[in-house]
This record gives sequence, C-alpha cells and structure tokens, in this order.
Amino acid sequence: MSAGDERLELRDWLRVASVGLRSRPLRAALSALGIAIGTAAIVGVLGLSASSQAGLIAEINRLGTNLLTVEAGQSLTGGPAQLPREAPVRITLLDDVEQVAHTALIKNTYVYRSSIVPVTETGGLQVRATSLNLLPVLGTGLARGDWLNPGTARLPVAVLGAIAAQQLGIDRVYPGQRIWLGGRRFDIGGILNPSPLTPDIDVSALIGYPAAQTYLGYLSIVGGKQETGPPSSIYVRAATGHEATVQSLLANTADPEAPYEAAVSQPSDVLTARAAAAGAFNSLFLGLGVVALIVGAVGVANIMIISVLERRSEIGLRRALGATRSQIRTQFLAESILLAVVGGVAGVLAGAAATAVYASSKSWAVVIPAQAWSGGFASAILIGAFAGLLPAVRASRLPPTVALRTV
Amino acid sequence: MSTSVLELDGVTKVYGEDPPVPALRGVSFSIRPGELVAIVGPSGSGKSTLLHVIGTLERPSSGVVRIGGVDAAQLDDRELSKLRARNIGFVFQQFFLAEHATVRDNVADGLLYAGVRVAERYRRAEEAIERVGLSERASFKPTKLSGGERQRVAIARALVGRPAIVLADEPTGNLDSSNGASIMELIRELNAAGATIIMITHDTGLADQLPRQIRVLDGEVICDRTNGETP
Repeated sequence: MSAGDERLELRDWLRVASVGLRSRPLRAALSALGIAIGTAAIVGVLGLSASSQAGLIAEINRLGTNLLTVEAGQSLTGGPAQLPREAPVRITLLDDVEQVAHTALIKNTYVYRSSIVPVTETGGLQVRATSLNLLPVLGTGLARGDWLNPGTARLPVAVLGAIAAQQLGIDRVYPGQRIWLGGRRFDIGGILNPSPLTPDIDVSALIGYPAAQTYLGYLSIVGGKQETGPPSSIYVRAATGHEATVQSLLANTADPEAPYEAAVSQPSDVLTARAAAAGAFNSLFLGLGVVALIVGAVGVANIMIISVLERRSEIGLRRALGATRSQIRTQFLAESILLAVVGGVAGVLAGAAATAVYASSKSWAVVIPAQAWSGGFASAILIGAFAGLLPAVRASRLPPTVALRTV
Repeated sequence: MSTSVLELDGVTKVYGEDPPVPALRGVSFSIRPGELVAIVGPSGSGKSTLLHVIGTLERPSSGVVRIGGVDAAQLDDRELSKLRARNIGFVFQQFFLAEHATVRDNVADGLLYAGVRVAERYRRAEEAIERVGLSERASFKPTKLSGGERQRVAIARALVGRPAIVLADEPTGNLDSSNGASIMELIRELNAAGATIIMITHDTGLADQLPRQIRVLDGEVICDRTNGETP
C-alpha cells in the first residue's frame, strides 16, 4: 500500500458536511430558519437605524444648521414676555445675519374647518401672523396654491401648515374654499410643505400682519398710532460658520432692555439629537435578535442530535471505511456550521433586503454597516460550532459495532 | 513474516463484567491470500463478534489479531482507521448505501478515507463498477436499484480499494434466492480473480458451496475444513 495522506480535501469535506442537508433539505431549511430570523433581525435593526440616521443627517444638511430662532420667553414675574416690535429690524443690522423673518402667535384665536365645529375642538392648531419672506428663511416651500403677497396679506386669506391642512381635511386649494378663523371666514391661499426645523409652522394657519390687525385686532400702539406686530418668533439665517457668534448676540439685540426674556435656540439641534437617538431602541431589538439566534442554536443542536441518532449506520459505515474518530467529529461539526452559515447568509440577505425596502420607501440612503452583516455572519458560524459540538463529540464516540448493529 | 493475510491466535472477547458474557473463547485460525472462506454458525454463536474483531471494529479481550502481519492491538484509533481504509473491505447484509448519492459516488466513497485523490477515486470506482457489472447504472441512485444490484454496489465499494481482505456479513441475507445466487456467483468470480474473501453466514448450505468453512458455536471454532475433506 502506498503511504498517502488520509486527510480529506476541502471539496470532500464540503460534500461530507452537506450529506444531512442534501438528504433532508426541508428539515435543514427549517432548522436554519431560526438562525436566519435572528441574523435578519440583527442586520435589519442595525441597517435600519444606520439608514434612518443617514436620512436625518441628509435632511439636516439640506435644511442647514444655520437657522436660529428667537422666541418670546417669560418675564421675570413668570408671565409671558413680548418681543419688541423693532427686534427683527435690529437683528437684520447684525453682522453675519443673512435673512430674518418672523411670525406672531395670535393667542386665543383658533381655526376650524367651518363655523359649526364646536369651539373647543381646536385640534391644537395655531393662528400666526407672518412676514412675507418666511418661506426662504425656513427652507420650506408650498405644496399647493400660493404664498401670501402684499395684497393677500391684507385680506382674509390664510396659508396652512402641512399638519394644519391635514387636520382640517384640506388637501387641495381651489377658489372659494374657506375655513373659519377667529370668528370669520378666511380663504385658503395655499398649503405648505412640512417644515422640520420649525414644527410650530406645521400646525399653524398663517395670515398677513395687516390682516391680523384688521380682522383679529392684533396690533401695537406706537406713538399713539396703530401698527402691526409685535412678532413672537423671529427666524434668523446666520452666515454658515458664524452661527455661534450670531447666537450669542441675538438676545441682546432682540430685546436690549430685557435680554433674558428672549429665548434663543438652534432648531437643527433637535434633529441632530434625533439622529443621535435613532439607535436608542437598537439594544431592545438587538436583544430580540440574540434571543432568536439562541433559539435557532437550540434548534440546530436538537436537529444535530437527532441526526446523529438517525445516522448511526452511516457513522458505522464511515468508520468501517476507515474514518477516524476525529474525522467523524469534524464531519458533524462542519455540518452544523454549514447549517448555521446557510441560515446566516439567508438572514443577512433578508435583513439587507428589509433595510433596502424600508429605507427606499423613506427615501433614505441604504446603509448596511459592515459590522452588521459581518457580525451577523460571524455569530451564525459561532452558534453553528457551539450547537454542533456536543452532537459531533457524541457521534465520534459511538463505537462502530454499536453503530452498525442499529438498523 | 507470515504468509497469512489474516491470523487469529487465542482470541477471546468478553462483554460486560457482572456477569461476564464470553462471545469468543480462544479462536485461532489463519487465512492465506486468495482464499474464499465461510465462517458459519447459528445465531448467537459469536460469528458477528468474530467479524467485528477481524475487521478491527472491535478489540479482542485477549489474544492476537494480525492483519498482513501487523498486530492490531499495537495500533491506536488513527492507525486502525488507516488499516481499515487500506486493507479491509466490508460488505454488509443491509448494504448501507447513501440513498442521495449515485452508484458512482457510493463506490468512490470506499476510498474516501484512504488518502486517494478525487480523480483517482472515481477512476477506480468505474473499474470496480464494471467488475460487478453495473456500468450501465453508474449514474443511478440506489433507490432505483433492485436488492441484488444494491448489494453489487456495496461489493464494488468494498473492492474499490483493492483490500487485502473482503469481509462479507450475510451478503445474501436480504436477497431472494435468485439475486442471492447471482451475488454468490459474483463473489466466486472475484475470488477467482484474486480477492481474499471471508463470508459470514448462518446458512450451512451456502457455506458448503465455498472452498473452506470455519464453523463457530458458542464462541469456539468447532470445525475448520476445506470442502472435500471429511469433518
């Protein structure tokens, strides 16, 4: 006999390790399913949170981080404060300020679909007077109809924020369409796109300052004369890179007499925080994924133990053909790992597909982090090895005569 | 160096301890290359234990088993496996074929653990399949074959490594008489071509047809004769 190497070649190992899978494909598929579900959950959760983060960051970049707002805060006595009427003009004079727009929340005035809606059903909607340059400053636009102009700003015409329109059940704009605002009919001029940086605008019906003065009595007395205003929110676009400088000057500029009454904020902070928080629920879902993987591992271990019992004659035959104990052990270990790898690959693909479908539906970039798919895959292999170890050792310890006796 | 391909000297096998159950009691005989021998005995006579001990699937409690002059007791699991892979071919009553694999794969697997490259395994498998007359069925799966054909596949698998000894355990036990007769004819042909074959059977009629028979009863050899001699 020639002295040769008894070690099996890789293709032999693949063939030997896939005997169980090929002879009982349905059983193999079902036991791989548990691993697939676990891996898909892990890849999906990590992929979705990465994609949603990418989506939010893209939105932040689109909207810009240079929008600052000044709101009327609280006075020292705890009552509501007012911003000075001339605050927007003063802010315009600051260096590094590019654009300034403002709105005034008109308190105790509500908007309804019609006059027969009970007055208590305000739907949380607000009425705001607005400067005419609001849209470019906020970086939003019109979904339907027209924005206010110097003419319509004097007339009972309102433009609805995205959520306000939805709540009032208005999805298109046509002549003669009216809503009930502050106890009289207002025509609808247009409907805005959502404004993620300024959610208050989304829930508002916006009218011109002159209209607010004429129809709702919102006015200031300056030197004995009636004037429009004052604003309650001022929106400032600062030059990019100078946001901090402008922010530090805003309160003093808006209200030099009582700077503490002006609340200054950077709305993109909210989105940035939301992007950072996008992974907050990850640990919960990852935990579920891990539980699914463990259940999958138990399934694989179970199938492997049954498989060893059922295939005693095969084990006996292989021993008779010259397989060593370690070759039998490796065969069953490799089969278990192969089973888990099949599940792992299916899971990674399913998780990636779920991420791709969901992210596309939200117009996010599809991001599947390398650690998601590589981690999912690696954990599947580890679980396969772990689940297969005991059955493999049992198979290798089976005496060949006992194995052959079983029919 | 012995000229025997197989030599048993005072082999005993005892199962259990309380009480000990002797299955083999001092069995001694030797087989020369090219012999065709029947080991015959009724159920429970110890002939299956004898097969396992000869096939190195089980170690004797005492005594010596030499295969090709090598004392099996001196070998560890790895070396015994190598010995089986290269020197012993098994044929079982239940065939033990892989149902999902083709005849060709089943036969080539006879060399899987013998350190032979894939191409060579399949080349030798084709030869072995031809020797048992199944060339036409090489691509079939065992489920498409008759019992006799399946046993031919199992015989081809045992022969493919050109082993020093072929051990056949009741090779006709699961076959009808005509298939059994054709398998016996094949065994005689293979022996005539040089294969050393030891056949275990309970069928004295079958044993009588073979050149030599070793009768076993209660774990002892009660008769070892070459046919034509008087017992």
